[in-house]
Amino acid sequence: MVEKGIGARVLRKEDQRFITGRGRYTDDINQHGQAHAVFLRSPHAHARIRGIDTGAAEAMPGVLAVLTGQDVKADGLGNLVCGWLVKSKDGSPMHMGPHPLLAQEKARYVGDRVAVIVAETLEQAHDAAEAVVVDYEELGPVVALERAHDAGSLVHDEIASNLAYDWELGDKAAVDAAFAKAAHVTRIDLVNNRLVPNAIEPRAAIGHYDPGMDHYTLHVTSQNPHVHRLVMSAFVGVAPEHKLRVVAPDVGGGFGSKIFIYGEECVVLWASRKVRGRPVKWTADRSEAFLSDAHGRDHVSHAELALDQDGGFLAMRVNTKANLGAYMSTFSSCIPTYLYGTLLAGQYKTPAIYCDVQAYYTNTAPVDAYRGAGRPEASFLIETLVDQAASEIGMDPAELRRKNFVPKTAFPYQTPVALTYDTGDYEATLDEALRLVDWKGFAARKAESERRGRLRGIGLSCYIEACGLAPSQVVGSLGAGVGLWESAKVRFSHTGKVQALTGTHSHGQGHETTFAQLVSEKLGIPYEDVEVIHGDTEKTPVGMGTYGSRSLAVGGEALAKACDKLVEKGRKIAAHLLEASEADIEFKDGNFTVAGTDRSKSMGEVVFTAYVPHNYPAGLEPGMEESAFFDPPNFTYPAGTYVCELEVDPTTGTTEILRFVAVDDFGNVINPMIVEGQVHGGLAQGIGQALLEGAVYDESGQLLTGSYMDYTMPRADDVPSFEVVTASGTASHANSLGVKGCGEAGAIGAPAAVINAITNAIGRRVEMPATPEKVWRALQNTQTPQAAE
Amino acid sequence: MYSFEYHRPGSVAEAAQLLTGNEDAKLLAGGMTYIPTLKQRLAQPSAVIDLGGIAELKGIKEEAGGLTIGAMTTHGEVASSAAVRQAIPALAALASNIGDAQVRNRGTIGGSISNNDPAADYPAALVALGATVRTSKRELAAEDFFTGMFETALEEDEILTAVHLPKPEKAAYSKFANPASRYAIVGVFVARTAGGVRVAVTGAGPAVFRATEMEQALGGNFSAAALDNVTVAADALNSDIHASADYRAHLVKVMAKRAVEAAG
Amino acid sequence: MKVSMSVNGKQVSGEAEPRTLLVEFLRYELGLTGTHVGCDTSQCGACVVHVNGSSVKSCTMLAVQAEGAEVTTIEGMATGDELHPLQAAFREHHGLQCGFCTPGMIMSAADLLKTNPAPSEHEVREWLEGNICRCTGYHNIVKAILAAADTMRGAARAAE
Repeated sequence: MVEKGIGARVLRKEDQRFITGRGRYTDDINQHGQAHAVFLRSPHAHARIRGIDTGAAEAMPGVLAVLTGQDVKADGLGNLVCGWLVKSKDGSPMHMGPHPLLAQEKARYVGDRVAVIVAETLEQAHDAAEAVVVDYEELGPVVALERAHDAGSLVHDEIASNLAYDWELGDKAAVDAAFAKAAHVTRIDLVNNRLVPNAIEPRAAIGHYDPGMDHYTLHVTSQNPHVHRLVMSAFVGVAPEHKLRVVAPDVGGGFGSKIFIYGEECVVLWASRKVRGRPVKWTADRSEAFLSDAHGRDHVSHAELALDQDGGFLAMRVNTKANLGAYMSTFSSCIPTYLYGTLLAGQYKTPAIYCDVQAYYTNTAPVDAYRGAGRPEASFLIETLVDQAASEIGMDPAELRRKNFVPKTAFPYQTPVALTYDTGDYEATLDEALRLVDWKGFAARKAESERRGRLRGIGLSCYIEACGLAPSQVVGSLGAGVGLWESAKVRFSHTGKVQALTGTHSHGQGHETTFAQLVSEKLGIPYEDVEVIHGDTEKTPVGMGTYGSRSLAVGGEALAKACDKLVEKGRKIAAHLLEASEADIEFKDGNFTVAGTDRSKSMGEVVFTAYVPHNYPAGLEPGMEESAFFDPPNFTYPAGTYVCELEVDPTTGTTEILRFVAVDDFGNVINPMIVEGQVHGGLAQGIGQALLEGAVYDESGQLLTGSYMDYTMPRADDVPSFEVVTASGTASHANSLGVKGCGEAGAIGAPAAVINAITNAIGRRVEMPATPEKVWRALQNTQTPQAAE
Repeated sequence: MYSFEYHRPGSVAEAAQLLTGNEDAKLLAGGMTYIPTLKQRLAQPSAVIDLGGIAELKGIKEEAGGLTIGAMTTHGEVASSAAVRQAIPALAALASNIGDAQVRNRGTIGGSISNNDPAADYPAALVALGATVRTSKRELAAEDFFTGMFETALEEDEILTAVHLPKPEKAAYSKFANPASRYAIVGVFVARTAGGVRVAVTGAGPAVFRATEMEQALGGNFSAAALDNVTVAADALNSDIHASADYRAHLVKVMAKRAVEAAG
Repeated sequence: MKVSMSVNGKQVSGEAEPRTLLVEFLRYELGLTGTHVGCDTSQCGACVVHVNGSSVKSCTMLAVQAEGAEVTTIEGMATGDELHPLQAAFREHHGLQCGFCTPGMIMSAADLLKTNPAPSEHEVREWLEGNICRCTGYHNIVKAILAAADTMRGAARAAE
């Protein structure tokens, strides 16, 4: 047994550099001859650009170039694209408005890139940006999602309306029939609030064109450098793919927002060519990040649940309006559709589900994947709807859920919304959560709170998600423009040390540790002898990157497969050295042993032989290096139960979370410490969505929550210590490791638990974020007016 | 940031001289508001006169039955000062809750009140305690010093040097913080002094104001219950994405009651 | 203009315009890139360093204001190869994920433990008001700081 293999709580390899200030993030890199870029951004939500006068700016000290959308056009660069084609109900493809690197005819949101200024110093670039004169003709903005369909103004003049697509999933007729015979129907209208991802490292990029080599290098804050390379070469055309190196060094958090290919990184690479090979660096400040990072969520939904007289779910019907913002971002179209509608069965055996989604353009920042991406929206909707149903029919919310769970014996379970759940045990996670929180003892705790003038509430959320993105054939049939396999290469050196190269990217997830544990276990070598390499298209094999809780379930499995190949090769070499039949060689704990004997060769000896093949099997290639690709046969389905217990101060409406219990089924776990950390982070984001965070635009399309002064980030004193259990897993069948993925669960499951707890405390549901004022106002509407305390 | 000249005078007189000769010069105290303003290019001073090197502007003294606090005294120093904790514990508590620890290590009482942010904490304390503001030219009552939103009675070439706060019989400050900025959505400072009860409200309106109806009610009966029948009008209060005017009006009363209770 | 200060125990001097922020001076003039910038409103705390012994936001201070000061950054926390107890505790308790907020968190926590060597969980959480982390949910950061406080108190007792 290796000491730090699968299942061990191993401390992280990457920490040494981060705790000593030696991390290397994009903005930490400075290149010889580097120039600085500043983007001039539209101050208007919707405006025609009648002209841009760059003359004064170009004449300013230190200015190397001022480039606009017209220059982009003149150089024949392509537009940014959305890589997932969604079709409307009538079969027509979604309407994708052009998304240029720099705005051309129109600016479509506050913060839209209008020009770039490249100068010797950052301050010179800022000075020059103020001298660029843009002649805007302001147009009526489309801001509110509810009014996007008849706003009287078109975000994209090329498209007949602001509707990008009108999508549906499920058997409408079966759902209608089930509703017709329902004993009870629960209806809910809810908003899934718009969020700003806010990775603490702002986006940054350094583009460098080397005219001598005719080669491009981009350092960029990316979760998927190969996807960056692909889009920038195949669609934008800024550099050919074989001459473009994309490096994502240490990246300070992503949460989805660094998946996407943004205009800024394309522009700095192109600008480097325009300034004859000077490296061009751009780092966003937080204000720019608020305006221009892709936002998340932003749904308005109406949902209905049909129940029989015993509380059995008969059918569910959901209509959702989704805000896409001004442009379709890299994966935006699949978020409110295939990552949302397909999850609407939740943990329940609801036999019929129908969902339709209208996605609209508005003059706001693009909206795309943010931690969970579609699945938090689905989970929130189901779990608040189920709670309301329980309340309406007078049933314990835990028991109503239990009654409708897909039973443990029903797997694999085909949902009515396309997915096949492979494994799960929803009662186990529910029971454990109820036990931990002492569900039965709640009434006594509530009474105690009441004596102190506090309203106590408890809320459940039984979430499910589809992770491990994704089976390529499945997503391809649904419109994905890429395959979603993952790759790995595992390379021994002469001395038996291992480099494990992965196509995924770690920006907080701890791959350097988890993957080293995995490889150590598979090859029977010390954990310390494994170095994980990621994030550089000229080092690592082509990979699809990190999102959708896929790195271990897909990328880890690719590593496992590469390790298996090495063991098989080692077996051949060992058989030769031991003069035994290959079939008789057993591999265990790093040793190849002739079965039933004590004759063995260590992995180290075998590796050395592979590189010094003086005595070597005929016909076998020397060397010990193997690659593998893995395309999963199915998604993985992490699931669990979250319980939030909180107190509301009725005088001010303030909510305090007292306990948060999370019981997750992530299948097998490689490093429990890291998995728990992932859950903690997700929970804080989910609690943030429920209580604190919300992007607000005013009627003119100005972002009112454009900094930490107005956008409430969860701080240490906003959240409790969490009680997290991840021990009760059912192994996934979608990979040999039995893992499911854990990165998004917290953000998916937490919002409904918090909101249900508030509803339980105050007797009515308030929209997220459930700010003190909203809670207080809800209380004013339910109670007779009371004097303040 | 735009380019500017930097001066670090060693005395108030020297600073005043620099200010007089330089129309677009600005004083820099702790910089917790002004440096972010500069960073966003929302100000373009010709020169920045850093008051950080002036020893006479620092420190806390017991004086005339109260406290005199130098303009460049940080929030952290006020919060941890034994003299403040003893004489006006409510002020130490208020200071310990301004911004965050790092802001308290740099931000100063003089900077805060000169900026007169409508959601800042100190103005409520100064007005409720009946403080006197001292400048390079004169002394004036705090109430006359705070003239409006981000506006004070300070003239262009006038430097705030200290505040004098009489010791109250009882006092407390209660704040309902903006969850994002941690400034006050509503902050109420209640003080019972020899001259009567004074209640000052920050965060709720365009600038700090006295709640005279509450003062009258508390003058007769210094208890939270005395405020039960006081109504707070929402008309003149702020309304924004963080709190509507009527919620603020409600909070003014709640925070006032809490302050009265805390004052004991 | 020329600015001189002591950084991590070493006397340094370099060129800075009056408008150069302390964090810019540290990062670009001195190459100490462990101090980060995560916001422009002085709230995220990724830039926290110590100036003359107290924690400050180096993005909200001009480099010229640190003339003659003693500055400590994350790079100066370890003694040779020996990590500061807070650094060790952050690793031991998984108090970091992407690592971007970590230097500021550690510097801020070090200031807390100087004035309050035995903080409660509540006090730690309140103190961290000026440090934003998006990855960890703060759970393990708080745990690490409490553990480091324990270790440091133990070391202080042992030294007596």
